Amino acid sequence: MTGLHSYNITIYSEADIVTARQIGRNLSKNLGFGTIMQSRIATTISELARNIFLYAGHGNVLIEPLEEGERVGLRIIASDSGPGIEDVRKALEDGYSTSGALGAGLPGVKRMMDEFSLESSPGEGTQVVVIKWR
Amino acid sequence: MSQENEDIYTRIVRDYLKGKREDQLYLAQQLGKWLLSRNISPEEVTDMHANVLEHLGDVPEFIQDSFQILTEIMIEYGNAYRSFDSWRSRHQQLQAEIAIATAMQQTLLPETLPQYPNVDIGMISIPAKEMSGDFYHFLCESKSEFTVAIADITGKGIPAAMCMSMLRYAMDSLGEMKLAPGNMLRHLNSVVERNIDPCMFVTMQFGRYNTAQHVFRYATAGQEPGFLYRARENRFFDLEGCGTALGIAAGSEYEEREIYLEPGDFLILLTDGVTERKIGRYYIQREELVSLLEEETSASAQEMANHLYRRLLLLSQFELPDDYTMIVLRRT
Repeated sequence: MTGLHSYNITIYSEADIVTARQIGRNLSKNLGFGTIMQSRIATTISELARNIFLYAGHGNVLIEPLEEGERVGLRIIASDSGPGIEDVRKALEDGYSTSGALGAGLPGVKRMMDEFSLESSPGEGTQVVVIKWR
Repeated sequence: MSQENEDIYTRIVRDYLKGKREDQLYLAQQLGKWLLSRNISPEEVTDMHANVLEHLGDVPEFIQDSFQILTEIMIEYGNAYRSFDSWRSRHQQLQAEIAIATAMQQTLLPETLPQYPNVDIGMISIPAKEMSGDFYHFLCESKSEFTVAIADITGKGIPAAMCMSMLRYAMDSLGEMKLAPGNMLRHLNSVVERNIDPCMFVTMQFGRYNTAQHVFRYATAGQEPGFLYRARENRFFDLEGCGTALGIAAGSEYEEREIYLEPGDFLILLTDGVTERKIGRYYIQREELVSLLEEETSASAQEMANHLYRRLLLLSQFELPDDYTMIVLRRT
C-alpha cells in the first residue's frame, strides 16, 4: 500500500485550480514520480480544472493514488454538469480550441498521460478520467 | 531521459565552462539536433540542465528553485512540440489522400487525342499545383466530326476537381445528343448553376470541328479568347465569342460562331494560365504572345504547344502560378 489517500477538490475559482495543482504535485512526489512528471501531472490537473472553471462554472477534481500489483500510479477524474462537449472528436484534435485559450488543452493532456477517457453529452456535463503510471 | 544523453550533456557543459570556445558551442548545437531527432522534449532538456548543474558543484537554492518556473513554461512548449508531430502525420495523411484524388482526376481527362485526316491536333495541360482547375475534353462523334471543350474552373485544388467530375459526367451524358455548341453550353450552365457553390463558376469554350468541310462551329462562356491563325495572311486573330460563364445566371444564352479553315490555318484554344503570365513585374501582353507564336507557325501542333509552354516558363523564371492548358487544331 502506498498509504496515501485520495483528494476531492471542488472547483469554483482559479484559487481552487491552484489548490488542485498543489495537491496533485505533492501526491505525485510522494508516489515517487520524477520532477518532470510531477510538473506534467500538475499541468494536466490545471488544464482539466481550468476547463471546468471556464466552461461549466464549477465541478470536481478527484485525485487518487493507484496500486495494481507492482504498478503504482495516479488517477485524476475531472467531472462537471456543464454544457458538455458538442463534438468530442474535434475537442481532441490539435488546434481546436473554442476559447482560444493558450495551451494544448485536451490533446496535450491526452499525450502527457498513459490512459485517457472522456465522456460527455451536451447539456449533461463532462467527465474526463486520466491515469499516469510511474 | 537516458543516462547517455545526460553524460554527453554534462561533458559539453563542463568543457565549455573551462574553455568558452566556439567549437564547444557548435557541439552543443549538434547535440540539440540529435536530441530533437530523439524526440526529447524541452522540459526534459531543462531538467537535464538542472541535474548537470548539481553535478558541477553547489548550486544556490534560488537557481535550483528557478528551474521549477522554467519547467512549467517548457511543458507548454513541449505540448506545442508534441502537437506538431500529430500535425505532421495528419499532413502526410492528407497528402496521400490528395495523391489519390489527383490520380482520380487524371482519369477524367482524355488520354489520347482524336485522329482525323488533314487535322493536326496538339495539346498541353500542366497543373500549377497537384490538382488542376483546367478541364478539356474531346469526343469523336463520327467519321468526320469531333467536339472539343476547354474550360477553367474558378479556384484550384479539391473544390475545382469535384466540380470537374460533375462537368465531365454532364458532358458524357449530353454528348450522345450531339447538341449544337450554344445548346451544349446552355445545358451545362443549368447543371453547373444548380449544383455548385454560388461563388464558383466555370468558363468554357465548346466547339465542333467538321473535318470534311473544315468548319469549326463554337460557342463561348466567359472563356479567355484563343487565336485563329490565317496562313495566307500570316496573321493571328482573336477567337472571340461572348456569353457569361457557366454557373452565374440561370437561362444564359450562348451565341454560336463559325470559322472556315483553309490549309495551314490553325486554332488555338487556351486557358488564362497561358495569357496571364507575369514576367518580372509586368504581365505578358497578347501581342507578345502572338509574336512568340509567330515563330512557331511552321511547327506541328504538338510541337507548337510544347514550345510555347517552355518559352513562357523560361520567361517567367519557371514559375507557374496558374493551371496551364492549350489546344492547337491545325488544318494540314
